Amino acid sequence: MAMLAELTHRCPLSCPYCSNPLDMVQRQGELTTAEWARVFQEAAAIGVLQLHLSGGEPASRPDLVELVAAARAAGLYTNLITSGIGLTPARLEALDRAGLDHIQLSLQGTTPEVADFVGGYKGGFARKMQTAAEIARLGFPLTINAVMHRHNLGDLPATIALAAELGARRIEVACVQFQGWALKNRAGLQPTRDQVDVAKRVVAEARRTYAGTLAIDFVPPDYFADFPKACMNGWGTTGLNIAPDGKVLPCHAAEIIPGLVFQNVRGASLAEIWQGPAFSAYRGTDWLPEPCQSCDRREIDYGGCRCQAMALTGDPRATDPVCRLSPFRARIDEMIALETSAPPPAFIYRKLAPGAV
Amino acid sequence: MTGAAVTASDRPCLPRGVRLHYDAVRETPVLLGPEIALMLDPIGKAVLDEVDGARDIAAISEDLARRYDAPRDMIEADVIEFLQGLAVRRLVDLS
Repeated sequence: MAMLAELTHRCPLSCPYCSNPLDMVQRQGELTTAEWARVFQEAAAIGVLQLHLSGGEPASRPDLVELVAAARAAGLYTNLITSGIGLTPARLEALDRAGLDHIQLSLQGTTPEVADFVGGYKGGFARKMQTAAEIARLGFPLTINAVMHRHNLGDLPATIALAAELGARRIEVACVQFQGWALKNRAGLQPTRDQVDVAKRVVAEARRTYAGTLAIDFVPPDYFADFPKACMNGWGTTGLNIAPDGKVLPCHAAEIIPGLVFQNVRGASLAEIWQGPAFSAYRGTDWLPEPCQSCDRREIDYGGCRCQAMALTGDPRATDPVCRLSPFRARIDEMIALETSAPPPAFIYRKLAPGAV
Repeated sequence: MTGAAVTASDRPCLPRGVRLHYDAVRETPVLLGPEIALMLDPIGKAVLDEVDGARDIAAISEDLARRYDAPRDMIEADVIEFLQGLAVRRLVDLS
């Protein structure tokens, strides 16, 4: 079981595909150090083994080192998901001493031009490369997270090569998933069918080239798949997500589903919340509609992603519309054709509400 | 290591960021690494307990064969297969 702790929604970057919700939590609403430490203990007690410290940018929390120490004290495998901005050499050394197990560094592009355009932060790429060098010097195990889309899929071979050069053991080549800000920017991010076909070949070849040095995980774009992904490996089975204000979500995008009641760690224990209404809503297969209920893949994909069903069909209980068996599938094919035949529109960059700190 | 086949003279070690852990909730040993928690059966646990970065696969297999009173060749083949699977995912490094 894995828990994603969104420590803060603050971030120096403003990537247009951010998985954070459009309506973000401001600094004064964030959980305190002591509250997070309690949540880590409760997580370990319900069987969480893996903790992902994420955001926003987790390094925006001044107490990051204390939080890592608290997570390790709870017995959790502690992974930091970061843009690298804000991680000074002194801070990385302190994280090392606190027992941080692993770092996942995001990569927006392989050149300052592309990376700073996508991240919406000038000079970000150069700072990220400095952080990467420091991570290597300290010997942290490193995974590169590369979100791929229309603007950078052509650079996939260079992206994989850069990950190897930075000393990463693993790269996650994740084609953008259209949730949160990415959904808002879908037309600008949507890859072409050609790009997707080439990417699959590049990954297959790179897996042979880098076997034993760099593990390559590939998340294909589900709009181009025939069957949906098992979102969260099944709702309420192996994952949970804590928002910066302590709200507990079955997945990071779940707030778009109307009618779900999300409990908060400030009002209930994780054990109670895990059995509560939001986590029970789509757990298992009893609730599945047709054609899922009588489908052979029922136990494989659990009907796919609830948030995608909500976003594209307006019904969170519907079959994930990327499925070939969904009556909405034709609409997705039309969307791809329409979006990829026009020049990409300008990005709407992620930002906290005006005046936020 | 490279993608080449694992042999008995390879020396396995757990790389930094990969560690054995006892999962008290599920009452089972697990191997924890980046984005992975691998539940271990008693055999997997026995093999990984021997992985110390010092001894090669031949020596580890020898010890396991003695301890479990099993044919050494069979044990060695199993150990190689198991560690090769982990090495591909960089959960074990071989030198």
